[in-house]
This record gives sequence, structure tokens and C-alpha cells, in this order.
Amino acid sequence: MTKITAHELAKNQKEISVAEFFERNKHILGFGNQTRALITSVKEGVDNGLDACEEANILPDLYVEIKNHDDGECRVIIEDNGPGVIKKQIPHIFGRLLYGSRFHAIRQSRGQQGIGISAVVLYGQLTTGKHTKITSKAEEDRPAVVMELVIDTNKNRAEVINRDTLHWDKPTGTRIEVSIMADFKRGKKYVFDYLQSTSIVNPHAQIRYREPDGTEHIFERTSEVLPRKSIEIKPHPYGVELGTLVKIAKHTKARQLNSFLKTEFSSMGDRTTNAAIEKAGLEKTMKPKEMTREQFLALNKAFKKVKIMAPSMECLSPIGETLIKRSLKHETKEISPEFIITASRPPAVYSGQPFQIEAGLVYGGNLPKEEPVKILRFANRVPLLYQQGGCVTTQAITSIDWRRYGLSQPSGKGIPTGPAIFLTHVSSTLIPFTSESKEAIADVTEIENEIKLAFRECARKVQHHIHKKVKRAKTREKFDLITKILPEIAKKSAHMLNKPVPSLDPIITKIMDVVWIEDLIEYERIDRAIVQTTLSDEAHEEQKGGTITKSRIIVVNYKNNPQEFNLYAIIPEDAVVGTVTPKPIKIANNYIKWKLDSIPPANKLDVNFELAGLDKGDFDENDLYIENINPAFVIGADKWEGE
Amino acid sequence: MKKDYSEVINKIDSVASKIYDDFEKIEIPSLNLPTRTKANIKFDDKYNVWKYGAGTTERSAKSLDGAYMLLRTMYMVDFIKEMIKIKKSSTLREMYYISEGWDLAKFHSQQESNLLAEDLEVITSCMREDFKLRPEEDGARVIGNITIEEVTRNNTKKKIHCQDDVGDSGYSIPYNVEPEKITFKNIDADFVIAIETGGMFDRLAENNFDTSNRAILVHLKGQPARSTRRFIKRLCAEKNIPVLVFTDCDPWSYRIFASVSYGAIKTAHISEYLATPSSQYLGVTPSDIENYDLPTDILTKEDINALKSELTDPRFQDSFWKGEIKLQLKLGKKSEQQALAKYGLDYVTDTYLPEKLTEMGILKK
Repeated sequence: MTKITAHELAKNQKEISVAEFFERNKHILGFGNQTRALITSVKEGVDNGLDACEEANILPDLYVEIKNHDDGECRVIIEDNGPGVIKKQIPHIFGRLLYGSRFHAIRQSRGQQGIGISAVVLYGQLTTGKHTKITSKAEEDRPAVVMELVIDTNKNRAEVINRDTLHWDKPTGTRIEVSIMADFKRGKKYVFDYLQSTSIVNPHAQIRYREPDGTEHIFERTSEVLPRKSIEIKPHPYGVELGTLVKIAKHTKARQLNSFLKTEFSSMGDRTTNAAIEKAGLEKTMKPKEMTREQFLALNKAFKKVKIMAPSMECLSPIGETLIKRSLKHETKEISPEFIITASRPPAVYSGQPFQIEAGLVYGGNLPKEEPVKILRFANRVPLLYQQGGCVTTQAITSIDWRRYGLSQPSGKGIPTGPAIFLTHVSSTLIPFTSESKEAIADVTEIENEIKLAFRECARKVQHHIHKKVKRAKTREKFDLITKILPEIAKKSAHMLNKPVPSLDPIITKIMDVVWIEDLIEYERIDRAIVQTTLSDEAHEEQKGGTITKSRIIVVNYKNNPQEFNLYAIIPEDAVVGTVTPKPIKIANNYIKWKLDSIPPANKLDVNFELAGLDKGDFDENDLYIENINPAFVIGADKWEGE
Repeated sequence: MKKDYSEVINKIDSVASKIYDDFEKIEIPSLNLPTRTKANIKFDDKYNVWKYGAGTTERSAKSLDGAYMLLRTMYMVDFIKEMIKIKKSSTLREMYYISEGWDLAKFHSQQESNLLAEDLEVITSCMREDFKLRPEEDGARVIGNITIEEVTRNNTKKKIHCQDDVGDSGYSIPYNVEPEKITFKNIDADFVIAIETGGMFDRLAENNFDTSNRAILVHLKGQPARSTRRFIKRLCAEKNIPVLVFTDCDPWSYRIFASVSYGAIKTAHISEYLATPSSQYLGVTPSDIENYDLPTDILTKEDINALKSELTDPRFQDSFWKGEIKLQLKLGKKSEQQALAKYGLDYVTDTYLPEKLTEMGILKK
């Protein structure tokens, strides 16, 4: 056997382009089989469209169409009303892998790596040999650009096959048409589920979807407000790895170590900067560009020993409880669920990356009672459809004993059974996916704990709700008794004896022997501006018209002595408080508090408040609490346990 | 015969007054009545029957159910008063349907309205007949050497001989068996035999047991109607004739006997009108199962529970019943009257009944 020299071997050693790499490893990107390929293609296109619209402050209007050919080839068309892509960027964005604007930014966004849409183009050309057609219009008064392209996998560059212009009705927008080999028959349900789920967590988006047979589905917009834009932040010292630290130092403009730490990282003030430098045994005045590897290592270790504030949460853009509830309500209309409950955790941090958990629970109605609950998982407003079992969300849900909360769950572990849908949304600057196909979130302790806490909160609310329902039914009975039956008994007995009908009030007080609280909620559409109530009478803020939620609370004293107590009404945090009568003594961001005047026996008191900034049905149930009175005397409100 | 209803009206009004006065006195309206359960029946030495004891139940407007009951009671007494005024009567079922128009006070089942009618009897110590209410079911059938004079709906008196003037199904007992309606004329028989099932009644009739053994056959039709029980009671008391009860051999049949002999729990307030304390149980007894080697069925769970419940029923506390019930629980079996056909169609009339009757001292050898 002849010996082969290193020089000879070197002849065969060459760079592998990323495009070539992905060509061979398409399963990593979610193109493992023809069903998955279809969903991944739709998903990448939709994510791209939504991100583009949001960045340009445009309410997204998406159009998705799939054309199916008999030989297994599908043409996937995705169109958005985003800002469009300028001509010279089209080949880069659609024809180059790992090219994008969001990779380096630390903030919440759907796509990050810049693989997604170009991977679809690549998959299309690999399986069908056809070009991808991009239509894009970036300026309202200019025609749209039409470009057909393929990816040169050796160079990881687009090769433009054809260029044209076109008159397009849209002011701006982008349309991609790509042919792929895909299994529509099997993928059909998943595509629908994906789009429906997307609509749930993106209430500001409208998605129109046309299936090959011409069936059209419209997932309507339920919110006219764009999500708060996430703001890019600097890396947090807790999450920085040594290599990154060295790299940042190499490119920094800061000349001294202390200013370097303060300018290049988030949450670093004078105190923490000095503490870190001291712990690392370094000097404030050192030049970052001249530091050694050992010094950086010491600094990196020192970060972990210093208490540093959590990063700013402006980089996150959670959906919000009201919107999740509204979306779920809209999408589950046909199921007519008994109730929808949401919970939102405060932001938290894992390895220096901020994240926040939101959870929702739909219960009852026509949901199947004998099947495992349906779990909807979302990460940065993107539905996760596969690998449910390997996801931290599932792990968190299955570790809760749901039997205590009225769902069945053999041995108190595993996915519970019952008429429910669970929803989790993880927002983060960096979602720790288990793989590049972004289908499951890795097992991160901090995230798992937060998800558990969110669901426990939901479960508690469920219990509270059921408890309230039972109580209300009982209350209703008593009310029927005193308002309908008792007067009839009196009337009938008087009639038989030819006597006047006796007075009922003292008997009612004796039978009831409680303070009775009842409420009703009405909605009114108005055009006038509403007056915002704050405690310092001066601050009036004008709000434009919309729906006013009017809540009326009726308090009746059926005790035989006067009653005086405090009343609390819970309100959604995102609501604006309008007119309130009588005057409350406190308006917090999530409740209103009254100190009620003394109510004489058999008298009643009306308490009213208005809420703006909510849609009809967002606030459909009062949650009332009382203080300074024996809770056993009160029907219709619970004891105030403090905030 | 014209009945004077003024006393009934007074009693009915007193129910309304009680409620009205409660309102006036600022008391939660309520009515008290004897508790109508097994636990609250006591033996009445005077009449030799079981009557309600001292336990009472309160119907109070404090609870929703109680308030509904009071409202229904008000409607019912008003309705009864009205019927008396316009000289009409209605069946219990008709009253149930009339209550459809009572709005909130309407009944959800006839069971409810029947029970309330009984409650009213208990509260006012009037009889259902006083309220112009009559039951749906007619009484059962009679065959035997007896002549009954009945005042018919045309107000004419008609004499009916219960062998010669009736067909094979016998004389039909009307719902009203009070003296103003029927009287017993000539009777030539040695005993009354009250039979649970129609099949056995017909067997005895076909085999001419009434003539061959000088018996009056009465069909109970399962749990006997009030009029059937009242009929037997009057016959026994007025004509001084022994009564024997012949039923299946299961716990439910023993209750039929108990209602004939001791008084039913539901109608314990009028036991002295309905019960025939001197009546005796003829069979089929659990001992008969063994002695006659009868075909049997296995006791169901419900049967066993009913038997155990009878062991704690004050009416079944004598040594005969205790012994028989315990025996049956031990056997784990039950049987029917008609199981006697195992030995042929004539066996019951030729062998079983003569043997049992002789044993009980009714027939002389």
C-alpha cells in the first residue's frame, strides 16, 4: 500500500458550503419527509411575512395558497402586505442561507438564523428542479419586481434566472411561489392547524388560506393593535460565553475595561462593573483589546459571582392575557367552551436570556371528554407542531397533578384527560430549541418552573371559577325563593282568607340573613371620548371611541342591621377605567376599591364602573371581594386576601 | 246522601291561616306534619294497627324546596276549596294536569302531587274523599257468595250477587266503598282469600274454589288500592269473617300483606280505616319453598336489601316474620304463587290451600 502524504490529502480538502451541507442534511431543517416539508415551507413563509409586516408597523394581511399536482408536486404561494424587499436584496434574502438581519440582535423575533425561507427555496429546487418566483414591491408608486432564482449550492449565492416588472395592486408586499415535492393529503390537517394556531397567537394578523380544491379559510384579525415592538438589548453578562466575550472586546470602541462593560452589556452599572472587575482581580483602566485569554476567563467567571440585575424586558413582546383570551374565544366559538382562563407570568431569565411565559386554558363545551387534553405550544408567536413529547412545555404540564383540578390523570402523571385545551407561549430573546427544526423547547429548569407556575395559576383560577359557579347557582335559588315564590305564597294565602297581602320585607330579611351582591355587565359602542377616572381628579385623558364595558354591582342588605364594608372589583390590567360611581378610594392597575356607605336593612346600593380599551366580551365576569365584614354574611363576593 | 263540607273547609282554611299568620308575626312560614317514614310508625293499641308516631317534619320557606312545597300546598288547598264550592271532584291525575296551570307551583310528576295530597290528609286529618279527590285506579275484583248493594251513578240502588250477576272477572270494587256507596247484604261464606296475582285469582275462579270451599275471592292487584283495603276491612269488621292473604314468596309480597293487615307506611294516618288487623298470612312462605319443594329464583341484591329492611321494620317484629325472613335470607331464594303448578293445575285448590287452611284452623278436617 502506498503511503499518502499530507500534501496529497490536502488536494481533496476544501471548504464545504453551507448550502451543500443542508442539501445533505435537510431533515435538520424540518424537511425530513414530504408531509413535514409542506408544513415547514408554509411556516417559514408565514413567519417571514409576519416579521416583515411587524417590523414595518403594518397590520399583517397574509395570503397562503397551495396548489396540488397529481405527481406529488405542490406549489406553495405566500403573499404578505409587508414593506417589500428592494431589488438588490432579493437574491440575498431568498437565495442565500444564513443571511439575515436578526441573527445578531438580542430581542424577540420569529426567525433568527436566516435559514428558513432560503431553505424552502433550496428544498424546492432539489426536489422539483424548478425555480422559485419572488414578486416584491417596496414602493407604492413603482411597479413590482418579479425575479426567478435558484441557489448555487457551491457558492451559497442566488443565481437569478429571470427578471421582470409587474403592475401590482398592493401598495407594498412580497409574494413567494415555490414548487416542492410534498404530501398534501397527509399534510392538509397540519397546515390548517398551523395557520389556526398562528392566528391564535397573532390576533393582529389576518390570514386567508386557499386549499387546492378551492376551499377558502379566513382566520380573522381580532385585534387592531400591533404587538409592542421588542427592543434590541445588549447581551447580559450571565449569558455570555468566553468566546463571545473575547469577540465583543475585539470590536469594542471602549478604551477602558469599566466603560467596555458598561457600554457593551446590559444591566451593568457602576456598582456591578466595579464589583465584577474586583472579583476578577483586574483593573478598571485595562485596555480590553490587550487583555489575555486568562483575564477574560477570570472576568467571565466573576460575572457569575456578582449579583447583576435581570436584563431589561423591553426585548420581549408577550401577547397579553386579554388578547390570548379573545383569540381563544374567537377560535373556539364552535366548541362553545364553558370558560377560558389565562395566566401571565412576570418575565424571568435563564442564562442571561430574558423569557416570559403565558398560559391559557379552554374548558368544557363540545370538547371531547375522554381524550387527552390538546396542548398548543408556541414560541415567539410561532406554533410548535411536532415533538410534543420532547418539549419542556409537555414536561411541565405532565408533572402537575391535575386530578386535584378536576381532570383525570392516571397515577397523577402524564397528559391529563378531559375536555380542555392548554396553551403555552414562551417569549424569549433566544428560545432554546432542541434542534434546528425548531419543534421542541429544550429542558431548561427555569423555563419549566415558570410554565408550571403559569399552569398552577390557571388551575387555581379554574377551581375558583367552579367554586363561584356552584355558589352562584345556590344564590340564584335563594333569589328565586324571595323574589318569586315567597310573594306567591303570601298572595295565595291572603287570597284564600280574603285578607290583604302581608308585608314581605321583614320575612325576606329573616330568610336571607345575608348581604347580597349581584352584578351585570353590558357593552356599549360609543363614538364620544370617554373620561378616564384617576384618583387625582385633574388628570383626564382623552380616549377615542370604541366599546365601553359597563359593570353594575347591586348590593342589597338582607341582614337585620346596617352593614358597612369595603368592596373590591378586579379589572384587567390593560383596561382603562372610565366613570366610576360612587367614588372609589383606590384605583390600582388591576382593581378598584370602594369604601361603601352604611346600608340600612332591606336597602340596596348600586356600584357602577366603566372600562374602555377592551372589546365586547373581553371582560365578561366580575370578580368581587369584600373586606371588613364577616364573609359568611355575604353572597356574591369572597374575602379579600390582599393583593 | 249529601255530605257536609263545612268542617273540611274550616280545616283547609286553617292551613292557609297558619301561613298567613306566620307572615304577620314575622316568622318564616312553615308547616309541621308527622314524618312519614318507617322510623316513625308506632303500634296503636286502640285500633291494633300501625300509625304515625310523634316525629314531625317541618316544611319551611327557608329552603327553596320547602318554599315550593308551601306554595304548592297553597295552590292545592285553594283548588280543593274551589271544587267543594262548585260541587265537582277530580282524579289525582286530573289534579296533576290542572297543576300545569299553577305556574311556579306546578308539579314535576304525579308522584309529587299524590304525596302532597296525602300530606294534606295528614295535616288536616281529613280523607282524600273529603277533598273531592279520587284515585286513578279502580279497586280490584271479587268473586264469591255475597250480595252487594251499590248506589250507581244514576242514584239508583242495584243489588249485585258476586257469583250469579257477574262474569268470570267478578265484581269490580269502585273507588268509593263507604256506606253511602256500597252495603253488604247476604253473605254465605267461611272466609275471604285476598290474592296478589291475577293469574292465581283466575285459577281459583276456574277451579270453582269459591263454591267448593265457601270462599270469597278478592284480587289485590299487587299493592292493593285504598278502596280494596277499605273493602276488605269493612267486610271483615261488618260480617265478622276471617281474611287470609295469599301472595308470592318475596319481600315485596310481604309488604302487600303488611299494608292489608297492619297499615301502609304512606297511609299510616288512616290505618284504622284501611287495615284489617285480624287478617292472616297464608303463603307462599319461605317454609313452603322447603316443604313443597317449589321451583325458585335466586334473590336479587334488591330483594336481599328489602328483606333486611323488613327485619328492622317495626311491623315485622313478631317471631313468625322474623323466622321466615331469616329463613329466606338463608335459602337465598324466592318463589311465586303460580310455582305450585309444578304439581298440576289443580294442585293449589285440591292440595295446597286445603292443607294450609286446615293448618291455620280455617277448614276443619
